[in-house]
Amino acid sequence: MSLVQVDNIFQSYGAHNVLERVSLDVCEGEFISLVGASGCGKSTFLRLLLDQERPTRGEIYVDGAPLRGEPSRSRGIVFQRYSVFPHMTVRDNIVAAEGLGANVFGILTPRARRAARARADAALDRIGLGAVADAWPAALSGGMQQRLAIAQAMAARPRILLLDEPFGALDPGTRLRMHDFLAELRRETGMTVFMVSHDLSEAFKLGDRVVVFDKPRWDPHAPDAFGATITYDFDARRGGIPFQTLEETRNALHSA
Amino acid sequence: MRWINRRPGPVLGMVLLVLPFLAVFAIYSAASQARLAENPSDRLLPAPAQIVETAQRVVFEPDRRSGRILFWQDTGASLSRLAQGVGIAAAVGLSLGLAIGMLPVVRGAMSGFVSVVSMIPPLAVLPILFLTFGLGETAKVALIVIGITPILIRDLAARTLELPREQIVKAQTLGASSLAITLRVALPQIMPRLLGALRLALGPAWLFLIAAEAIAADQGLGYRIFLVRRYLAMDVILVYVIWITLLAFALDWALRTLTRRLYPWMGSTP
Repeated sequence: MSLVQVDNIFQSYGAHNVLERVSLDVCEGEFISLVGASGCGKSTFLRLLLDQERPTRGEIYVDGAPLRGEPSRSRGIVFQRYSVFPHMTVRDNIVAAEGLGANVFGILTPRARRAARARADAALDRIGLGAVADAWPAALSGGMQQRLAIAQAMAARPRILLLDEPFGALDPGTRLRMHDFLAELRRETGMTVFMVSHDLSEAFKLGDRVVVFDKPRWDPHAPDAFGATITYDFDARRGGIPFQTLEETRNALHSA
Repeated sequence: MRWINRRPGPVLGMVLLVLPFLAVFAIYSAASQARLAENPSDRLLPAPAQIVETAQRVVFEPDRRSGRILFWQDTGASLSRLAQGVGIAAAVGLSLGLAIGMLPVVRGAMSGFVSVVSMIPPLAVLPILFLTFGLGETAKVALIVIGITPILIRDLAARTLELPREQIVKAQTLGASSLAITLRVALPQIMPRLLGALRLALGPAWLFLIAAEAIAADQGLGYRIFLVRRYLAMDVILVYVIWITLLAFALDWALRTLTRRLYPWMGSTP
């Protein structure tokens, strides 16, 4: 059974149609790369998965239950920027992943705090940020900040991780190291990942499936009239053969 | 080299820093000398030496009638009113500003109201305050509160709304409640903004304090200035004005230093 089920969603802002007829089934543990031209609704789709916005029509189910209208602990997020809290040290940013949701005040008891700090230090050592545990995020490089942001999102143990162009602002070398870091995390946790990317090779390298958003209908006099939808669904594990073709052959084999 | 790229060195920097002060002092001394040469008993522009002499008398010698040094009594009374007024305004401004910034329901109810209330000229309601609270301390503190709270609320609400949406969403994905996000994400980032807003609000706060003291009080820096005005005691007035300026400058410096000490993460964040 699929973990995330997107059932024929539409999203429009007034007369501006962003998404139309988007349906997608994702199994637990899959890595989905979302690609497409700018303004094609990839980030909108991610916001809908996050439940930061409600779709105009249609419904998204996670584990069989419809989303309830606000972000929750089951879906972690890493944005391109502003993902970590600037007023907390690197260590406290990781501790916050446990502390913020601990109770209604978001404050841990001294004992729980000590334990959380120990776990945070272990996590930071593993991702190579142990030496800067007491630094402020603003003192870190872009790559270190994104590593921290991913580690923070992971510390809350979400089932689904949403990444909105997480490596877009990084230099190529750092980007490659971040790919390894993410791949390693995935092997360990087996979590489901959705990643918006502008970089096709990155999308195919990391993803199990690469989902392409595009506008199938286009009116040059009214560019906002039609929304984007999923036009291609590639299986990236098999050298980029269109996923639909695979599904078709598989179904054909089964029915035969 | 273009003028926008010319920077003064350390020595020139110091000279430039003191230059306007020296200029004002020189102009005052010259004007005072000219008037005193014409009429030695002129009281409008006392000589600098006369002001220093008055300052020594005012600051160190006790009042003959009460046996207390009025200067310090006035300073204590004024600073206490200022502290109460600014303290209450800061508490109200912070809590309402955060609530308006964080909660759409409160924002819907209060933001229009606050922007209308902030347009009321505070000095126009001073008579109402004297009528309702009497001539005691309450009316003076209330004037300061009414004068600066609306701008604090508006500023802090705007600062709260300026917090990157990403952070608020991120906190939700970590399971934080509304209260937890307000207390652990918004409040710590708004506190340095509060101190900054207070630095700007201290100017108006002094204005309202001195206005209230001038009209009805029995002690206080503003009261004393307006009292000795009747005797044309310009030397005393100038001593008090210089003192108020020094106090205001010291408070501003203290708030700035406090912001840097308490919120070291501010320095390098955009």
